[in-house]
Amino acid sequence: MAIETQPESAQAPGGREPGATPKERAWWLRPAWHTALIGAVIGYAFGHWLGNFMGSGYQQVGTSDDNDLAIVLGYAFLVIGWLAGLGVFNDVVRQMLGKPLNGNGHDENGGLAKYFRYTLDHKVVGIQYLIGMLVYFFTGGLLAMAIRTELLSPSYHVLSPTAYLEVVGAHGTMMMMMMTSVVVGPLGNYLVPLMIGSKRVAFPRIEALSFWLTPCAYVILLSSILLGGFPTGWTGYAPLSIQAGEGMDAYAFAFGLMAISMTLAGFNLACTIICYRAPGMRWSRLPMFVWAMLTQSFLFVLAAPVLLGGMYMILTDRTAQTAFFVNQLGGSSYLYEDLFWFFGHPEVYLLALPGFGIVSEIIPVFTRKPLFGYKVAAAGMFGVAILSFFVWQHHLFDSGINPDMRPLFMLTTELISIPTGFIYLVALGTFWKAKLRLTSPMLFAMGMYVNFLFGGISGVFLSDVPADTTAHGSFFVMAHFHYTIMGGLLFAFFGGVYYWLPKIMGIKLNERLGKIHFWTMFIAFNSTFMPLFAVGMMGQPRRVFEYARNLQTLNDWVSISAFCLGGSLLIFVFNFVMSTVVWRKRETGNPWRSRGLEWQIPSPPPVENFTHVPVVLSGPYEYGDPGALPVADLNPPAGVIGGALAGAGTGATTSAGSEA
Amino acid sequence: MAAEASNPATPPAGSTGGRRDGLWLLITWVVLSIVGCLLVALVWGPHMPPGAQSSSAQHQQFDITVLGVIATPVVIGVLLYFGWAIAFWRQKPGDETDAAPIHGNTKIQATWITVTSAIVLGLAVFGTVELIGPAGAGAGEGPQPIWKPAGTVTASDTSWVPGTSNILQVQVIAQQWAFTYRYPQFGGFETTDLVLPVNEPVQFNVTSLDVIHDFWAYQLGVKADANPGVNNVAYTTPKHTGGFTVRCDELCGIWHGAMYNYGKVVSVSDFMSWARSTETQLASVTKLLPPYALTYDPTTLKLGKVNQELGLTGAGGGFYNPADPEQP
Amino acid sequence: MSLPARVTTLVIAFLAVVAGGIYVALHYIGSQPPVEDYTSFASNGQVNVTLMTAAQTTVSDKPDWVTYFIENPSTHQFVHTTYFKVPANTKVNVTILGYDGCTPLRNPVWGKVTGTIGNVENVSFFNGKTATPSQPFSVFNTWADCSVQHTFAIPGLGLNVPVASPTTLAENNNLCGTSPCVANSSDEAKAPHTVVTFSFMTPKQGGTFRWQCFIPCGLGYLDGNGGPMGTPGYMMGQMEVQA
Repeated sequence: MAIETQPESAQAPGGREPGATPKERAWWLRPAWHTALIGAVIGYAFGHWLGNFMGSGYQQVGTSDDNDLAIVLGYAFLVIGWLAGLGVFNDVVRQMLGKPLNGNGHDENGGLAKYFRYTLDHKVVGIQYLIGMLVYFFTGGLLAMAIRTELLSPSYHVLSPTAYLEVVGAHGTMMMMMMTSVVVGPLGNYLVPLMIGSKRVAFPRIEALSFWLTPCAYVILLSSILLGGFPTGWTGYAPLSIQAGEGMDAYAFAFGLMAISMTLAGFNLACTIICYRAPGMRWSRLPMFVWAMLTQSFLFVLAAPVLLGGMYMILTDRTAQTAFFVNQLGGSSYLYEDLFWFFGHPEVYLLALPGFGIVSEIIPVFTRKPLFGYKVAAAGMFGVAILSFFVWQHHLFDSGINPDMRPLFMLTTELISIPTGFIYLVALGTFWKAKLRLTSPMLFAMGMYVNFLFGGISGVFLSDVPADTTAHGSFFVMAHFHYTIMGGLLFAFFGGVYYWLPKIMGIKLNERLGKIHFWTMFIAFNSTFMPLFAVGMMGQPRRVFEYARNLQTLNDWVSISAFCLGGSLLIFVFNFVMSTVVWRKRETGNPWRSRGLEWQIPSPPPVENFTHVPVVLSGPYEYGDPGALPVADLNPPAGVIGGALAGAGTGATTSAGSEA
Repeated sequence: MAAEASNPATPPAGSTGGRRDGLWLLITWVVLSIVGCLLVALVWGPHMPPGAQSSSAQHQQFDITVLGVIATPVVIGVLLYFGWAIAFWRQKPGDETDAAPIHGNTKIQATWITVTSAIVLGLAVFGTVELIGPAGAGAGEGPQPIWKPAGTVTASDTSWVPGTSNILQVQVIAQQWAFTYRYPQFGGFETTDLVLPVNEPVQFNVTSLDVIHDFWAYQLGVKADANPGVNNVAYTTPKHTGGFTVRCDELCGIWHGAMYNYGKVVSVSDFMSWARSTETQLASVTKLLPPYALTYDPTTLKLGKVNQELGLTGAGGGFYNPADPEQP
Repeated sequence: MSLPARVTTLVIAFLAVVAGGIYVALHYIGSQPPVEDYTSFASNGQVNVTLMTAAQTTVSDKPDWVTYFIENPSTHQFVHTTYFKVPANTKVNVTILGYDGCTPLRNPVWGKVTGTIGNVENVSFFNGKTATPSQPFSVFNTWADCSVQHTFAIPGLGLNVPVASPTTLAENNNLCGTSPCVANSSDEAKAPHTVVTFSFMTPKQGGTFRWQCFIPCGLGYLDGNGGPMGTPGYMMGQMEVQA
């Protein structure tokens, strides 16, 4: 029996079904931030009441005066209320009831209102993510300033021990939760469809949902301060996390929520990259940034759910009296450590890969040379992604794990430095006899390479078990991961922002301020974290507020440098805010003379990205080759697309707009 | 699709005005690396952390020095190359053309992959050797350790005589928020002082009574996590007398930062007299302690009559339902 | 929006964020319990400090948490704090009024009195009607007997004092119901409690010394070490020694 196929019909912009015209309503009547807030408040109140109703009879709740069930249910209903207020469920419910979909209204006109709504345009989601990520990053940064203030003196305490641990935990968790999405969110969601020649992402609703969970997670994490904070740091080790007060629920819930957001974001991007590439966009022509996004998306989908599992188990141990992590009742503290680090290690490669992608994208443009060893770079990213699942026990070398495992994990951890080194091979080859233009994006890219070098080499020290016996849990580890994550990813992120802001907003950031920002940040960053290698090796553990007196000079140097680092980031804020709001220097063309496909369309891009689906003719790195074809044909002749689809037999033959 | 055709890496020599970048880079790199490696190995090496107070610390010091010597040429190489690029390979103002279209060089790529793999595998072998040789290098090996100091046995945990193959055992009990040390071979007394004899191998049995802590004796190069209900064994042999610092290295709650104490390594005779006098001094408390065991479960205790009538357990808390068999 | 309007909005928004941040920082993160200052009340190289333990904290929003109180030296009111200041190189005579009931130690080694002058503490038991004379104790068996309610330990000075508790079942079921328990009403006056006294010398150089309780008295928390055990102002605090 033949399956009857229906003719394909184009989706109207905004996700509506053709023929459905939405009612135009005033902005305060349409679901947006304000309705979401109302929903969240109502949801929290209901959840908290429900938790009190269910839990107040328990002896444990009565003696401890902490009702974790009320807090957790409050948060759960807060999220549901928030999403309901945003209108996330509207189309889902309409479809269940058989009514025509409304999309989310008419958003093609300009104005700022659409940035406060649940929207299906990936570019709007990208900008929402950008502002969100900057807010989260600066909040985390302020918390870091508080930490360094406390560490100015080993004996005089500015903060109480509870407050210090609160701040340490909030800083670490804010950064680790949010910075995984710092590139995927703003730059990945915005640029990937443009780079692969697509008009949309595969699952716009899922993409928007992944963004809208982040403000919830942010607020929930910060609310831990109101609840007395959590004493475990970002790693949340049980059984301390089971013993902790109400603030711990905020941590577990927020982190779990971000795990969901990460999984959704990765899922969407992976499908988009695999399925929505324009004709001619072969794997061998894919920009390196998209390769990074693809490998990162796989890591998201495979690793983030494990985190969700671990956080969920913490919550059930705390509320439902399970004993997953309690030794005496048959659980094990090692279970948590393994679950957490099984996610935690791919997490750090989630942070590193987009950095690699951005710098590999930037350096060909500013050296005017093709990317050296394209296949090696892509292989490196895949190697890192795959191997990252086989190394997590190196966080547990001293924990009392099976001693036979340690040479194995030492080997795999050392091995992972081989694909990481490929990125340097590619950079060195690209720089060979190049024509470097030291603009702000290029400076940040080079800064990333220098910082990640120190971070990566210190990682080799940590992978060696005897050396790790001294360095584990000390400031050496702190310096290592700040070099790789902040020195690597964040420098690359800023480079990406300077590079792509003309594309995203049609506005160029002030170049002079950009250079000042880079140099102050680079010098302050190295001045802050380089001495910490020594501090750690000389015996100062992490997360302590008292340390040996002879380390005070180094700690003071580091704290002052950290304040300067904060100051350099204020220069960025100043530059960003003034350039986008006040000066607004228009830049609509291709200011960097890049061959990237995303630069061949106007800036900012029109709503549907490309008027016609382009046909990609060559790779984006063909600099210096006079015989190279242009990167794509943006107005393919009629029948080119149709001819490509003719064999599929769906009957769609127009070349104007039907998507591959 | 010609992106991967291997082109020669260097354009004709005349194109850069005669400067032989490759050769000069190589020479500069080699010279700087040799200087750097010598500085690291000979000048910095003897002062590398964690010092030389014990066998594991000495081996770790050696390890870190070797890693430093191998890292030095890598760091110098990359930084030198970047500096060279910034100095010599800049785009001249007004020049809008592109540079040479070099997509790759199979020979260079293959050399890089081979050399990095060789270094990395060599380091893995080196690390394994350095882990096994010095009896686990001071790291916690879990309840079934496999790398023990040569020539030692755990023959008796009720008495210890210096100079025999029976290893000295010290149990480190971590609790929120202090370390206590139990010497089973001296009657099982428990004290907050950690005193060790010089040149005698010692076995640390590290365990916890509540949450995860970490016993880090910095100058002895020993680090072992203390997990509740688990015995984590680490070995070392102190080589010089003197003091050392013990810190908790795993976040264990509010006073984690204040959970430290000082220990000392003394001569064997001083140690024996300290141990015997402390054993007598603390006899009244040793009677109250549970019998020496590798792990302790505070819930499975026989409590007195009034405590039982009050419904108290050995562990406090009452986190779980009172009907549960265990009350952690 | 016009340029001046945009600039004004920006400046206002920035100031609002800064103000909010400072408020949060000072109010939530920077707050500490009050410090009871005994330095000006020292004479002849000695100073008298009085603390109290209570089985609940009716003065706070955690009524079921156990807590310490410290007596203010001038007003003689018991303040809900655990931070106090004493001069250096001074003999501190501590009196602890113990109104809580007993709990066994997780590690019985903390049942021995160390670091005090004479390595003893003097305990007088009040059972609701009469008080026993003050007698010295040097070690307590908290597993066999109902004997210790909390400990006052300053690990930095090697000081460990298990605060004795009422020892019988009847007394433990009849503890003072308000906190602080100051014998103002007839119920409070009949509450069984102990009076524990000991002395120790503060070191010559100044510094901040943490002190904590080693009894797992955080009821409703895993291992008994959560809640009040980990919150300043309840079961853990700081002693500042002023040189």
